[in-house]
Amino acid sequence: MTQTSRVKDRPGIVPVVAGPSAEPRRGRRHVLDLDDFSPEEIEAVFQNTDAMKEVLHRDIKKVPTLRGKTVVTLFSEPSTRTRVSFEQAGKILSADVINVSGGGSSIEKGESLYNTALTLQAMNADIIVVRHPHSGAPHFLARHLDSSVINAGDGAHAHPTQALLDMYTIRSHLGAIEGIRIAVVGDIMHSRVARSNLWGLTRMGAEVVLCAPPTLTPVDFLDGYRSAEGHPFSSVRVVSDVESALEGADVVMALRLQMERQRAGHLPALREYSRMYGITPARLELAKPNALVMHPGPMNEGVEIDPEVAHGARSVIEEQVTNGVAVRMALLYSVVTSARGARSGGDGGGRR
Amino acid sequence: MAVGGGSPLTQMLIRGGRVIDPGQGLDGTVDLLIERGVVRKIGNQITQPEGAQVVDATGLVVSPGFIDVHCHLREPGHEDQETIASGTRAAAKGGFTTVCAMPNTSPPMDSRAVVDFVSRKAREEGVVRVLPIGCVTKGSAGVELAEMGELGEAGVIGFSDDGHPVADTNVMRQALSYASAQGLPIMNHCEVPELFNGGCMNEGWVSNRLGLKGIPRSAEEIMVGRDVSLAELTGGRLHLAHVSTEGTLDHVRAARERGVDVTCEVTPHHLTLTEDAVLGNPGDASGPFAALTPAAYFTNAKVNPPLRSRRDVDAMVEGLKDGTIDLIATDHAPQTRVDKLCTFDEAAFGISGFETALGSLMSLVHADRIPLALLVEKLTLAPARFLLASDGHWHRLDEGLGTLKKGAPADVTIFDPEADWVVEADRFVSKGKNTPLDGATLKGRVTTTIVGGEVVYQAAAVD
Repeated sequence: MTQTSRVKDRPGIVPVVAGPSAEPRRGRRHVLDLDDFSPEEIEAVFQNTDAMKEVLHRDIKKVPTLRGKTVVTLFSEPSTRTRVSFEQAGKILSADVINVSGGGSSIEKGESLYNTALTLQAMNADIIVVRHPHSGAPHFLARHLDSSVINAGDGAHAHPTQALLDMYTIRSHLGAIEGIRIAVVGDIMHSRVARSNLWGLTRMGAEVVLCAPPTLTPVDFLDGYRSAEGHPFSSVRVVSDVESALEGADVVMALRLQMERQRAGHLPALREYSRMYGITPARLELAKPNALVMHPGPMNEGVEIDPEVAHGARSVIEEQVTNGVAVRMALLYSVVTSARGARSGGDGGGRR
Repeated sequence: MAVGGGSPLTQMLIRGGRVIDPGQGLDGTVDLLIERGVVRKIGNQITQPEGAQVVDATGLVVSPGFIDVHCHLREPGHEDQETIASGTRAAAKGGFTTVCAMPNTSPPMDSRAVVDFVSRKAREEGVVRVLPIGCVTKGSAGVELAEMGELGEAGVIGFSDDGHPVADTNVMRQALSYASAQGLPIMNHCEVPELFNGGCMNEGWVSNRLGLKGIPRSAEEIMVGRDVSLAELTGGRLHLAHVSTEGTLDHVRAARERGVDVTCEVTPHHLTLTEDAVLGNPGDASGPFAALTPAAYFTNAKVNPPLRSRRDVDAMVEGLKDGTIDLIATDHAPQTRVDKLCTFDEAAFGISGFETALGSLMSLVHADRIPLALLVEKLTLAPARFLLASDGHWHRLDEGLGTLKKGAPADVTIFDPEADWVVEADRFVSKGKNTPLDGATLKGRVTTTIVGGEVVYQAAAVD
């Protein structure tokens, strides 16, 4: 794959932000997904995350980087870790963080996303962090607003900050992402986490195996379409047998199985899903001896993941949460350093 | 205005144009004389009668007026989206002289009262001929048949619950059977509800990467298969609205071979656009694998049936050429700005199609994929045949519909096949500015539209 070779040919000089005190480089205006991140840029995010993590471990967890900036978290869907993580990231960087959620706001009164967004813009929000049940809501906002937009999860589409923290966690344990084998097991079809990880992991040269019942695998992953020239996921292996997926894996990532999939007919029963696809201690034995166990949360313990695995020695699930704050600090920083003057044209040029 | 109410003394000579009239096998440079709303004479070098208005059509194509058997005029009930006045003016601008209005109004056209209202409004406020389509079922609810006999008497040209399929197989069977008494077609929107299931675009790579719920081709093909079987069983007339998949055409071909009375239509957008349009950036060659931009989730490309794959689009063009597809219909579906200014999931389905139909279809001619004469046939003679196929006792349509034979109603469309123009949705006559072609350059545009001898649209001389 071309992405892989680009990692290898990566030039030595990557303009990297060494931390809040360093000379700012031009960041990006929006974080909508990882499909427009180069391997170099992902690596730069990791290095910035290292710097941010250092801040997290100080006694006084506060730096003035985003002082005077307003970050609005606009969450039209329930969330604990992502929203709190963004809020904490913003506050540590001294931004003014305003949380808007579905309940108790005009969203509940039926105000359209468009009008809500214009209202937030009129209040001079510099960055809007959006979580929305509809795929593409962040793109919609980016198309119509001057503010920067960070996607905190949109429908079944993307969750780029989750994928970056997943990859950061892998990198901090295994040293690199290139060449590692990662098995992603679960509801690929409805998973924004899986989609963003696919873009990021393949771009960084990982070997990805997707495993799901065929009813939860996107149809175009099942047919021959991935052989089309230039398909970004042509190297990805898709299997429906969990044992072969886990065999020799460096990382095992379980995805949350939504209870409604059974009612929608994708599955006969959660019990059977757990039997056929659950990550159990016995199955984990098939992976490499020090394989990492990951989960984006929230978990259904006993369904997609056995509690013993979820809380076992190889689990880095809680560490994912900690890294999430640092990654989001790095991204807020990156977005805010995209000077307003540089915003005409480029990635912001949408239709009307 | 009253359609066709040209002053009895009005004469108009259309001179020097390339007249393409498949109804009389004509394709050549001839003159056309219109008098009292009908074609008086067609031939070489017609002498200009005294007082006659002269239209110089040199370099232009003179065609029978276009006929659209499938559009949404939205009135009554959705006048914010379109009215009969605005919709028929948009039709005229697109070269359409006869349009068939789908009955998913509010209230729907499931009773004579509503059909009569639409017909009266069209006479009083419309500028082109409007033929109503009646509901198949009461309230388009899919449960009990509408009073189809009386709707037929009121002048509907067929029945449809368009927007929704007739999902119940037995209801569809009864509808085909009952309507056969009048020789009127059931124009079904074929889509199995259980497979549609809240989908919003074609199922495939693009829907997968966008995280949008897909509508599989099978949703259409399964109901097409069901309906041709029911048409065979009942002897009723089946018309498949807006076909979009390769597999549908296979069903149609097989059914025709068995002698089933089935016709079908295709829209300009299913002949020219693929699902990639949802990625935004129309005209951008970056392809379906490139990184998304904020232009992605392009709601003006949301339409039902959805824009399909390249393979399906190619099959549509092939189907048009080999005759599997009988005719072209726009499925003009105007929506308000708010209907489209939202997330892709929330956005309404539909494309405002009248004003870009010819220009986008001409791209197929300019690319040598279909001959111009075939395009004209699919917009004129073919829909006229479809309309005239019902028992004359019911439809009261002029036999000259769709041709420029002597004595036929003078419904004429004149267009410049070579004119380049840029689509500006804000300048649409239709209230619906919802087009995926905004900003695109099209080659081919209507210059004059004449209904019953009266000019109902005239393009500005220099535009």
